[in-house]
Amino acid sequence: MSDVTRGGTAGPVHVPVRGKAHGHDHPALVHHFADLDQQREASSLGMWLFIAQEIMFFGGLFLLYAVYRNLYPHAFAEASSHLDWKLGALNTVVLIGSSLTMALGVHAAALGHRKAIAWWLIATIVLGAVFLGVKVVEYGEKFEHHLVPGPHFHYEGPDARPAQIFFSLYFSMTGLHALHMIVGIPILACMAWMGWRGRFGPEYHTPVELTGLYWHFVDIIWIFLFPLLYLLGAHQPHM
Amino acid sequence: MSDVNTAIDAARLRRARLNYLNVSYGVKSWLLTIDHKRIALLYLASVSIMFAVGGAFAVAIRLELVTPPGDLVQSETYNKLFTMHGVVMVFFFLIPAIPAVLGNFLIPLMIGARDLAFPRINLLSWYLYILGSAFGVYSIVNGGVDTGWTFYVPYSTLYSNSNVVTTGIAAFIIRFSSILTGLNFIVTIHKMRAPGLTWFRLPLFVWAHYATSIIMVLGTPVIAVTLLSVIVERTLHLGLFDPALGGDPVLFQHLFWFYSHPAVYIMILPAMGVISELVTAMARKRIFGYGVVAMSSMGIAIVGFLVWGHHMFVSGQSTYAGMIFSALSFIVAIPSAIKVFNWTATLYKGSVSMQTPMLYAMGFIGLFTIGGLTGLFLAAMGLDVHVHDTYFVVAHFHYIMVGGTIMGYLGGLHFWWPKMTGRMYPEWWARVAAAVVFIGFNLTFFPQFVLGYLGMPRRYHAYVDEFQVLNVMSSAGASILGFGYLLPAIYLIWSMRYGPVAVANPWGAKGLEWQTPSPPPPENFPVQPVVVEEAYDYAPEKGVVVV
Amino acid sequence: MPPGIPLFPDGASTMAPRVDALYLFLVALSAFFSIIIFTAVIVFAVRFRRRSEGERPPAILGSLALELVWTLVPLGIVAVIFVWSTELFFSMHRVPPEAMEVYVVGKRWMWKAQHLTGQREINELHVPVGVPVRLLLTSEDVIHSFFVPAFRVKKDALPGRYSILWFEATRPGKYHLFCAEYCGTKHSAMIGTVTVMEPAAFQAWLSGGAAGQSLASAGEKLFQDLGCATCHRPDTLARGPNLEGLFGNPVRLADGGAITADESYIRESIVTPSAKVVAGFQPIMPTYQGLVAEEGLMQLVAYVRSLQRPAVAGGPPTGTSVQGAPAGPGASPGPAPPGQERP
Repeated sequence: MSDVTRGGTAGPVHVPVRGKAHGHDHPALVHHFADLDQQREASSLGMWLFIAQEIMFFGGLFLLYAVYRNLYPHAFAEASSHLDWKLGALNTVVLIGSSLTMALGVHAAALGHRKAIAWWLIATIVLGAVFLGVKVVEYGEKFEHHLVPGPHFHYEGPDARPAQIFFSLYFSMTGLHALHMIVGIPILACMAWMGWRGRFGPEYHTPVELTGLYWHFVDIIWIFLFPLLYLLGAHQPHM
Repeated sequence: MSDVNTAIDAARLRRARLNYLNVSYGVKSWLLTIDHKRIALLYLASVSIMFAVGGAFAVAIRLELVTPPGDLVQSETYNKLFTMHGVVMVFFFLIPAIPAVLGNFLIPLMIGARDLAFPRINLLSWYLYILGSAFGVYSIVNGGVDTGWTFYVPYSTLYSNSNVVTTGIAAFIIRFSSILTGLNFIVTIHKMRAPGLTWFRLPLFVWAHYATSIIMVLGTPVIAVTLLSVIVERTLHLGLFDPALGGDPVLFQHLFWFYSHPAVYIMILPAMGVISELVTAMARKRIFGYGVVAMSSMGIAIVGFLVWGHHMFVSGQSTYAGMIFSALSFIVAIPSAIKVFNWTATLYKGSVSMQTPMLYAMGFIGLFTIGGLTGLFLAAMGLDVHVHDTYFVVAHFHYIMVGGTIMGYLGGLHFWWPKMTGRMYPEWWARVAAAVVFIGFNLTFFPQFVLGYLGMPRRYHAYVDEFQVLNVMSSAGASILGFGYLLPAIYLIWSMRYGPVAVANPWGAKGLEWQTPSPPPPENFPVQPVVVEEAYDYAPEKGVVVV
Repeated sequence: MPPGIPLFPDGASTMAPRVDALYLFLVALSAFFSIIIFTAVIVFAVRFRRRSEGERPPAILGSLALELVWTLVPLGIVAVIFVWSTELFFSMHRVPPEAMEVYVVGKRWMWKAQHLTGQREINELHVPVGVPVRLLLTSEDVIHSFFVPAFRVKKDALPGRYSILWFEATRPGKYHLFCAEYCGTKHSAMIGTVTVMEPAAFQAWLSGGAAGQSLASAGEKLFQDLGCATCHRPDTLARGPNLEGLFGNPVRLADGGAITADESYIRESIVTPSAKVVAGFQPIMPTYQGLVAEEGLMQLVAYVRSLQRPAVAGGPPTGTSVQGAPAGPGASPGPAPPGQERP
């Protein structure tokens, strides 16, 4: 077949040299990529773009929060004091811990240490599960105290209406966040399994890297959620 | 003896050349394909069906509007008709059509790659589209939705008794189809260009899709979360926009339009990319001002994110914010104007063929010019007060979406039809159809400008008597337009079996996609192409002339 | 103009000629540029049509000069349009201080207007010619939009908020009123008529028919019935701010900010009292959300507006209601409204 090397005014043809030593025949190389380097770069860029759109996704809710907090600062502060900041702080520590174990898992994958990968990722899963468990406890408390928006919402004080908006935001934002964690845990399990089977090494550990990116992102969202939702009422007496 | 047999075998092999269409047969080979070309055809079938659905609603609307009273259907039904016309056309046709059909097919070919960066995600995108469409069709069959495609609150959250949640879910799912397609395109364009294919040698079609993909990735999630909020408010009573709780319904409008305005650029930028290709190929001449046209796509994408408030001048939005939105809306018009001028200048001293793709390109330039100019009317705040929410707006966006995007889509479909199917469409019929579409379109929508200024509001089931004559004209035009769309549906399908076999490059056009057979082999290029010339380098021998 | 096909709407307000002028300018501009582009495309396509397969056009890359011209000229033109239209828009928001007030509530699917003298209308609005009219708009349910094509004015009526629209009619007659924001089943039936009358005829209309009590007196009755007077009083037993002379004046808030008391502030204070607490007072006022309908809220607003500071210290509040349109040009009614919407 003719290719497009027409003689012409352009300069010498520049063919980028892709490292021949890097896995041309690696089993993880997908057919349409020239080599693992290209595959890794493409996958990485893809994950960063995905995270960018996730930021925009959460961003909508953060915008709603910002506007309503600005409109009803007093109501928001008072409603926030109904959240248990100690549980929230515990969850923050748990989640940061899970990011640590995740990072160690990625590091192990880069070194190809099968067992370490599996254990670190399982630790991440466990910590994630602890987080979700605490959330279940918190949500349960809200149900008991009639703080779930809707027909059964009950709140004392003149700020009941904006407080319901606060709780709507609380459930929407933490709910969406929890959903992202729930999606992440099976992925971590897959990574742990693949790592145990020896699929990752210095040449190829992209899936673990990308999972790590995703998990860290979920962590960062929580780091914003915690002070915005839990710490507003810091100066209010806990009710 | 054996030499003769070998020669005959070789000849047979040459004739039965493998291409992406005949490399494998069977439903599974199509439904589980990861070949971007097959996925493009899957999309072609699906968006065509959704276009027919949306078109059917349009027919019903125009039939009702022939007479002033609401006598064909009940008000509730009419409200559902225009809502679903909008939802189906915007979300299920206009946003995916060019990127998912033409973009999917052509981008790897145009950059000399074997496939998109993430072929399986590409297939997932199509399945998400199908899943979303299934929810959409379910909503329609289950009684429809009547909130307007804009889902304004508190009507959609607290008052509507229609299938808001299922339609919201449909739109939500299909948003992710869009996001993943955009993600795929960006990574592909960044990472998989052929050696020698620098950014400023890329075809403008690729630039246009790159800009579109940025909007898809960054803008679409906002509508996703906004629709999610509506769904959640309806189902779980989490009142985020409820005025009785102190919520702000105008906030919904901000969030909605923050995506939905850039969405209209998702709808038009790919069409502009198509027109750039058509004009240069049909005039056999380099595009005038290549760099400027490429950068104007990026400019439109970026500034397009900053103008959403021009949908809200009378909503109670701050007048100062309105002023900023107005100024930016005027600014975003400039790159579009620049493109029109550059396309026109490309024709100067060209070698212009009047085949069907060129007819569609010319139609686009004319109709988009009118549509774009009428956008200025709407950006002008003092004037927008009068024409907002009237048929003037309806006419404006139909000039862009139908006169622009759909003309671009049809032109591109005809232009690349031989490449995609290996067959040529019947030229005479195609020219007739293009003319019928152009005439029908103008007759349908030009009277609506007049109606709008006269004061006929949008989304009106019944209207006052003095508006009737113009409405009758519009409906008459719609029937002609509908006929014009039927023609390509028929002859394009016909040509897939009975059309003349096409050669690799029937137009004599530049571009990597024309350097491979029609239809292309599964791997696109048997040998990795290397690019050594600029884009649209039609006359390298004569040297370059810079005016 | 062909018979039976209307091409241009009547103009019946002071804004109409200004809006029309901008519109016609843009029409001319669009026609001009469209014709240029259409002509160029057709002429080029014909003149440079392909005559042989082998012909090779010159490779004209572009022209910086042309690009600059066709960037800067349109930029200049849109700058002109921008300034013109923005100025027009701002005029539409500068309410003349002597404007006559009408309070309008949109609900599915009708427009309910209340004149300050107590006259109520449904899907009708009677106004005098030559007098600026200021409408205070709100909605009881979903978003509606008050649109009078002949006046070239439109404003959304929002639930939970007030918006302002003003116009000055210039020709007596009957003009269409449309709802311009989709609001459900009978959206296209939410239409009515604005009747512009000569001032004398308008006065006759105003005083004829069962007017009932003025808006402010209705508001005063509500003020007593709902118990507002228990806390909002001018003496030392007050637990809430004194409302006399409140309207149009700045209010210092507990969080240190300040706000000018307008209709929106009054409405919000009744419905969400904790949103803006006045400095020096406790946030103890209960909400009246759901206890007062939108029309009742407007009556209360009208009443509070009418409360002026007593001329003699310690005297009872004077509840003078703001009258409707003046008998003729030159007479001015009650306290001046703040005039502008909050930006």
